[in-house]
Amino acid sequence: MLEIIKGAVSLGLLWAMMTIGVYISYRILAIADLTVEGSITLGAAIAAQAITIGLNPYIATGISLLGGMAAGLVTGLLHTKLRIPALLSGILTMIALYSINLRVLGKASLSLLRMETVYTVFERLGLEFSWAVIVLGFLSVSIVICFLYWFFGTEIGCAIRATGNNPNMVRAQGINTNTMIIIGLVISNGLVALSGALIAQNQTFADVQMGTGSIVIGLASVIIGEVLFGKRNYFLRLTSLAMGAITYRIIIAFVLKLGMHSNDLKLFTAITVAIALALPIIKDYLNPPKITVEEGE
Amino acid sequence: MLKVDRIYKVFNPGTVNQKIALRDVSIQMEEGDFVTLIGGNGAGKSTLLNCVAGVYGVDKGTINIAGTDVTKLPEHKRATMLGRVFQNPMMGTASDMILEENLALALRRGQPRGLKWGITNKERETYRQILSHLDLGLEDRLHTKVGLLSGGQRQAITLLMATIKKPKLLLLDEHTAALDPKTAERVLSMTDQLINENNLTVMMVTHNMRDAIKFGNRLLMMHDGRIILDIKGDEKKKLTVESLLKRFGAASGEEFTYDRTLLS
Repeated sequence: MLEIIKGAVSLGLLWAMMTIGVYISYRILAIADLTVEGSITLGAAIAAQAITIGLNPYIATGISLLGGMAAGLVTGLLHTKLRIPALLSGILTMIALYSINLRVLGKASLSLLRMETVYTVFERLGLEFSWAVIVLGFLSVSIVICFLYWFFGTEIGCAIRATGNNPNMVRAQGINTNTMIIIGLVISNGLVALSGALIAQNQTFADVQMGTGSIVIGLASVIIGEVLFGKRNYFLRLTSLAMGAITYRIIIAFVLKLGMHSNDLKLFTAITVAIALALPIIKDYLNPPKITVEEGE
Repeated sequence: MLKVDRIYKVFNPGTVNQKIALRDVSIQMEEGDFVTLIGGNGAGKSTLLNCVAGVYGVDKGTINIAGTDVTKLPEHKRATMLGRVFQNPMMGTASDMILEENLALALRRGQPRGLKWGITNKERETYRQILSHLDLGLEDRLHTKVGLLSGGQRQAITLLMATIKKPKLLLLDEHTAALDPKTAERVLSMTDQLINENNLTVMMVTHNMRDAIKFGNRLLMMHDGRIILDIKGDEKKKLTVESLLKRFGAASGEEFTYDRTLLS
């Protein structure tokens, strides 16, 4: 039991960065960015290949982050400069990344078994592998949350938030909304690739299929985080995303334990997200909003 | 301050839906001018304003703001010289962001934005002062999401945002049309107050003849993509709704038909 929760927490922490990336595109920029399906694998592929050729795992992970940022840049340029709708821009980059990921990996799957990873340092300090993952995952998530809390409070960060909210107003205030969208997508996909790199090193392999459905997992985690942990202030809202990712993993661990076949997981996640997104409509249907007429209106 | 020189704007050129929205429009505005722009549906008032703001490019002609040729400049670059208030109260503010964040975005118009804090404590005090001056009870709501405020309040905030950094030219696009009459009147008198205090150059589109006559020092009337009347100075002061309707008939050869205008 404890083992299951420990595994879920460590996986949740690694997926938290991905969740925060999805939150940036989906909630802040109001774009459903499918690039993440490709950039999570790109992060994993780059890290796996770089470690295989003998690079330091931390440098390898850093290159993954840059790779994800580049993927976000491509989607951003397709969307803003070439005016391709955001959803389609993301799909195009995602499909392109499939080939690129195969190139990077050299084959469909690359094993990292018995190779040095970012977790090895912590193991040398005497930590058990699963604890090493939790410690490093917690550290990375904390750094990412602190960085974003600061960033979205800066002038550029405020402009990015406003762009997703009301681009007309933002342009009227002299801000280039295209630049803001590009910056947002770059950061978002960078975080997703970072997540991919850490996940690959945790599971000791990178696989070209590993990104499939990841956007839905990200969305599920975002929604779970928002529903269960609220969003009273900005710092808590970012923290709630990490909590959402962990909760998602715990839920999945339990339904697997209850006997669900792992092949059915994606169906389960998709249905969960569909229900969560439809919740406002379902609520209205079951409980029509009462119309109150006030005097003097 | 504004020099519009023989601009044309055609929508959907070469299709059955082709619409010539502006034909050979020229305007010259001096510093401190307050122009009211009036006309029926589809006369081209909003198109003209949007062409000046850079929402649309023009097909012919040039636009010059405060000595700078802006004809080819994108919207966000022109915005550094402009203050804009839109017809839709939802359009001028970011509804999911709090009041002070909206004001802070406006205060930095025309400045490069970097990694400094988006709002400083010093500014907050300024916002509180400006807002209490407006007397809308907003000075204590700096941390309220703008989406929770009323249309009138949002329009007042947009107006404040448009003028907090003194613009070379303030563009008001039927900014009281979506408000109830009482609120519209308040927002309009606040507009007048802000314009006088800051000595702004203004172009205000309105559908209300009485407002067009009451405010400003110059009145332009548009019809079918052209400016057909340009009334200023003492002549404008003597204008009445009846005389304006008569002059419209004489200039356009048509009767002024615009239900909203007639009703108001």
